[in-house]
Amino acid sequence: MSDDFVLRTENLTKHYGGVHALEGANFELRKGEHVAIMGDNGAGKSTFVRQITGVEQRTNGRVWLYGEEVNFSGPLEAREYGVETVFQTLALADDLDVPDNLFLGRERTYANWLGPFRLLDYKAMRQSTLDALNRTGVKIPNIRNTIQNMSGGQRQCVAIARTATFHSKLTIMDEPTAALGVQETAQVENIIRTLKEEGEPLILISHNMRQVMDLVDRIIVFRRGRICANLKKEETNGEDVVAYITGAKTQKEYMVENAT
Amino acid sequence: MADTSQGTGGLTFDNSKRSWPNELNILLALIIIIAIFELVGQTFPYMNGQSFLFDTNDRFDSIFNEARLQIIVLQVAIIGIIALGVTQVIITGGIDLSSGPLVAATAMVAMSFAQTELVNGNPNPKALFGVWAMDLPVVIPIVVGLTFGAFIGAINGTFIAYFRIPPFIATLGMFLICRGIALLWSNGQPVSFPTESFKFLGSGMMPVVWFLALAAVFHIILRFTVYGKHTYAIGSNEVAARMSGINVRRHKVMVYMIASMLAAFAGIVLSSKGATAQAGMGEFYELFAIAMAVIGGISLTGGRGSIIGTVLGAMVIGVIRSGFTYVKLDGAYQLVAMGAIIIAAVVLDQYRQRNRA
Repeated sequence: MSDDFVLRTENLTKHYGGVHALEGANFELRKGEHVAIMGDNGAGKSTFVRQITGVEQRTNGRVWLYGEEVNFSGPLEAREYGVETVFQTLALADDLDVPDNLFLGRERTYANWLGPFRLLDYKAMRQSTLDALNRTGVKIPNIRNTIQNMSGGQRQCVAIARTATFHSKLTIMDEPTAALGVQETAQVENIIRTLKEEGEPLILISHNMRQVMDLVDRIIVFRRGRICANLKKEETNGEDVVAYITGAKTQKEYMVENAT
Repeated sequence: MADTSQGTGGLTFDNSKRSWPNELNILLALIIIIAIFELVGQTFPYMNGQSFLFDTNDRFDSIFNEARLQIIVLQVAIIGIIALGVTQVIITGGIDLSSGPLVAATAMVAMSFAQTELVNGNPNPKALFGVWAMDLPVVIPIVVGLTFGAFIGAINGTFIAYFRIPPFIATLGMFLICRGIALLWSNGQPVSFPTESFKFLGSGMMPVVWFLALAAVFHIILRFTVYGKHTYAIGSNEVAARMSGINVRRHKVMVYMIASMLAAFAGIVLSSKGATAQAGMGEFYELFAIAMAVIGGISLTGGRGSIIGTVLGAMVIGVIRSGFTYVKLDGAYQLVAMGAIIIAAVVLDQYRQRNRA
């Protein structure tokens, strides 16, 4: 196995009782690569992500991250390993401000001998927040504002900036712009481009064809729990992708005999 | 605006842009309430021009009526200590109903180890244990009492965090259990005659000293430590807190333990103040503690509020109690007024939230 892979899955399978939500997914992500996952609702996109991030335990299959086989027992473990996920439902604490949210669970502290009562280093966290926001080009009027006073786009940017701050090994975004307006979407897309420039690998789940074509190198199409296409952006177009999504086409190597 | 990389403004950190703190509103309310009492005192003839807060005896060395000020803080200090813990519990989105009976139970338990052997040369008539438990150093009843509180809090927290019992139910059960323990401890008999050093803990203005000192400590803890930040985070969005790597369950157990230890400490101070412990002590303390927190702007949905708010909330209750006595109105009016203020506080809080969103 080459060390070039950030993420590799083999025969990744998830059954919910009798429902085969994900069936034999073989997936590869190389260093610095941005890959989009597309497919209809219920095609298995989110299920696939949930198996990788440890939110659910897979029925079958193996997962490697940077050549190392991993079995995350929960999302925390995945996060500690460096897999950051930006969820559809934002995981932000509404009553806290931007630096608090960015550093939630991994605060900069001093006087660590005080255990749970160790002191917060507000100044350092504020500075790192400003640096991270500058780096990702996120504009937020006042970082001391609590999250509840922010627009959807600003919230999403904070959530994404969080992954960028900690130089995650793998970033996964589950429909990051689904609920955003045009300008906010553009802002999020700019951050994704910044991540690309910095060579940080990304998996993007999206329904937005233009966005996918704009941002990623490769498109994986899921249909009815299976991967049905692995397309290089240069070799495909929107119509083609739609054909795969709807089931009009299936790539030869992903053909399965109907007898299962 | 054409440049899509622009958001709504510049990237700044501006201290002056911080929003109007909620605590100022409560302070304002407190001043208004005091002003109303002052006005009533000056206007109504039956008051003989007495002043609520200011000195009327023309003693040249004082401006305020210190006796009244002392009473105002003294009568809320012990419940205020409980409220400091309840505040933290409410910030996590929970509630603690068990604190009142816990005050009684802890008072009984602690007092049992604080008794003195000889009362006026005679054996202690209320002696619960043998001579081995008499005339112990004052640390022992304190440690025993706090340990008991921590134990009760750990049970509360464990059932709430690990068995997912709603906080209201878990602490309601503990409410009854603690009252039962208080009654069982000495078969309903009061435990009395503590040592001099134990009596000192609640003598004079000591309850106020404890209250303000603990308020300062917990203000710093909630504002400047990881414990505080995680407490707010859990109340604000528990799922987000868990996803961020906070051990939510362990943290909740810790919060309930601290709250119960504060209630236990209030029980120690209360029994010391009265030099006796009775099973019926601390009645309605849990509700007044919650009321102080709510008046102080602690949101019952969690995530918002501060210790300063709770201290101000305690002052509001103290001023109302003292003020109604001052204007010579019956205690029943006090309860009506306090109830109205609690409801008003919550209504205002919700109104503010809706406006902000």
